[in-house]
Amino acid sequence: MKIYVPLDSAAVALGADDVAAAITSYAAKAGISVEIVRNGSRGMVWLEPLVEIEDAQGRRAFGPLSPADVPALLEGTLKSLGRVEDIAFFARQTRLTFARCGLIDPLDLTSYAAHGGLGGLKRALSMTAQQTVEEVTASGLRGRGGAGFPTGLKWETVRSAQASQKYIVCNADEGDSGTFADRMLMEGDPFSLIEGMVIAGLAVGATRGYVYLRSEYPVAIRVMRAAVDIARENALLGEDILGTGTAFDVDIRVGAGAYVCGEETALLNSLEGKRGTVRAKPPLPALHGFMGQPTVVNNVISLATIPVIFEHGAAHYAAFGIGRSKGTVTLQLAGNVKYGGLFEAGFGMTLGDVVTDIGGGTATGKPVKAVQVGGPLGAFMRPDKFETPIGYEEFDNAGGLIGHAGLTVFDDSADMGALAQFAMEFCAIESCGKCTPCRIGSTRGVETIARIRNGDHAAIPLLEDLCDTMRDGSLCALGGFTPYPVLSALNGWPQDFGVTTAEVTQ
Amino acid sequence: MSATDPTDDTLSRLIARHRDCEGPLLPILHDMMEAFGHIDEGTYPQLGRALGITRAEIHGVVSFYHDFKTRPNGHHTIKLCRAEACQSVGATETQSALFDRLGLTDFGTTPDGRITVEAVYCLGLCACGPAALVDTQPRGRVSAQSLATEVGA
Repeated sequence: MKIYVPLDSAAVALGADDVAAAITSYAAKAGISVEIVRNGSRGMVWLEPLVEIEDAQGRRAFGPLSPADVPALLEGTLKSLGRVEDIAFFARQTRLTFARCGLIDPLDLTSYAAHGGLGGLKRALSMTAQQTVEEVTASGLRGRGGAGFPTGLKWETVRSAQASQKYIVCNADEGDSGTFADRMLMEGDPFSLIEGMVIAGLAVGATRGYVYLRSEYPVAIRVMRAAVDIARENALLGEDILGTGTAFDVDIRVGAGAYVCGEETALLNSLEGKRGTVRAKPPLPALHGFMGQPTVVNNVISLATIPVIFEHGAAHYAAFGIGRSKGTVTLQLAGNVKYGGLFEAGFGMTLGDVVTDIGGGTATGKPVKAVQVGGPLGAFMRPDKFETPIGYEEFDNAGGLIGHAGLTVFDDSADMGALAQFAMEFCAIESCGKCTPCRIGSTRGVETIARIRNGDHAAIPLLEDLCDTMRDGSLCALGGFTPYPVLSALNGWPQDFGVTTAEVTQ
Repeated sequence: MSATDPTDDTLSRLIARHRDCEGPLLPILHDMMEAFGHIDEGTYPQLGRALGITRAEIHGVVSFYHDFKTRPNGHHTIKLCRAEACQSVGATETQSALFDRLGLTDFGTTPDGRITVEAVYCLGLCACGPAALVDTQPRGRVSAQSLATEVGA
């Protein structure tokens, strides 16, 4: 029998390797013939390690599994969860970007192709560069890394630039707490990212690509490196892509633990072997990027979504979503949440639907106090904002940002004053030091919040003023967006700072 | 991982492996961390000559990134996540309990030099926190006890 045991970091963190070892050893002892496939995660982290057995009846899921459950699993006496596709959390999703994640062996290129892989690339190979860019523009895809910039527009800028060498750089340095979609995708379906990068190369005329992958993801690094080797052996990368004579190659580069390198210009400096300091824009990386050459810098999810857009056509993709937020969003339910994991669906669900209905509220069963959307630079939203639809403009209007679409849930034991102080502390630790509002402002911010929490209410206007300076004067989102969590905490939960609502709104 | 002394020979080999790639410094420094357990300042002149950069530039890069150490870590390294998602499920309390258990007052290496505890900001294990990397192994829903047991403390 074929048994799927995820190699995904979250599954491994919860004991998947021990389960795989127990299966091998029990099967050998009991004389049962098993083939273990290490797949990606299906994204339901509360059920990990989620193991699937494939036989004549199809795939049946079991989880969360411990090594002690293995004898019953192999003897057929363990109760199954049924098919993954029938589990409510999974059944409600629209899986486009993550269609194959958890379904296939991530390093089996044949299986990848059998499940729709390479279809997008083959179509792109029949198109001109300009048509390829137009297809992306028509899909309405916007950068999933956080900024939400139209991907087609960025590609067109690079395509029309004149240069002897252009680059595709994949930003796989998502350091935002509460986000893990990039990691899951790279561990579970690495070829979709590679295929997306090849299409990007064709579209803009780039022959070289880099994946800048954070060192905090050792499993993703291992899987991506293996996938690149396999892609080269099978002409998905190299001098002669799928026999067409077109060249494109990819290198995996590992970051070194600096959060700010998730910012595209800091990332480019780091890739060049320099300190990861932010560059002033303009010039845009699209015109003056890696090694001073025109460069597409796209997030993992943006690039990994490209193949499915080409496979089914831009119109199919653009039919999902609301307003100017087209397609699907890969929501990550994190923190103190009952059903944590990855949920892919068209834009437009409300925040409350996601947290309460899909996420099941808090893991502790206590009331939800706050949800931080978009990582450490995102606003803390109160339950009275739960009607906000998940969309770029919709969140902007509600004083928040979607960012990388990670949602961190807090129960009523959270101390919002401490979290605001932590936001400034994090900014101080991770600031690259290039601009003063971020470098100095974050440290003054930690001190000023401490003053307020110690009863010095005269420091409130000072903090608000400091936040204005950081927001307007910082070079990048680290200093510029840290005021979001800070001020949203202060305005939303003044009592956690020992002050009254009236004092905040003065 | 035990630290060995950087020898000119090994270093030359590491440099040769990457010197022709675009932006070779970080890949070389990563390999040096892997081979020697830390980056010795004594290697800067050789590195600088090979890459055509100054000692100051190398120091600037090494000191910028959390991953590059100028001294070896303990025999085991626990990277404990202290970011928001892990905080929401008690990472701050786990951190205090772990420090108490190991006799630490802050992140760093135990007095016997065996165990290093480092802060990390997100391991992508945000739906199964508190999370940690024990050496290179991802661990979810950790407690001070589970971490201490794993590193034999």
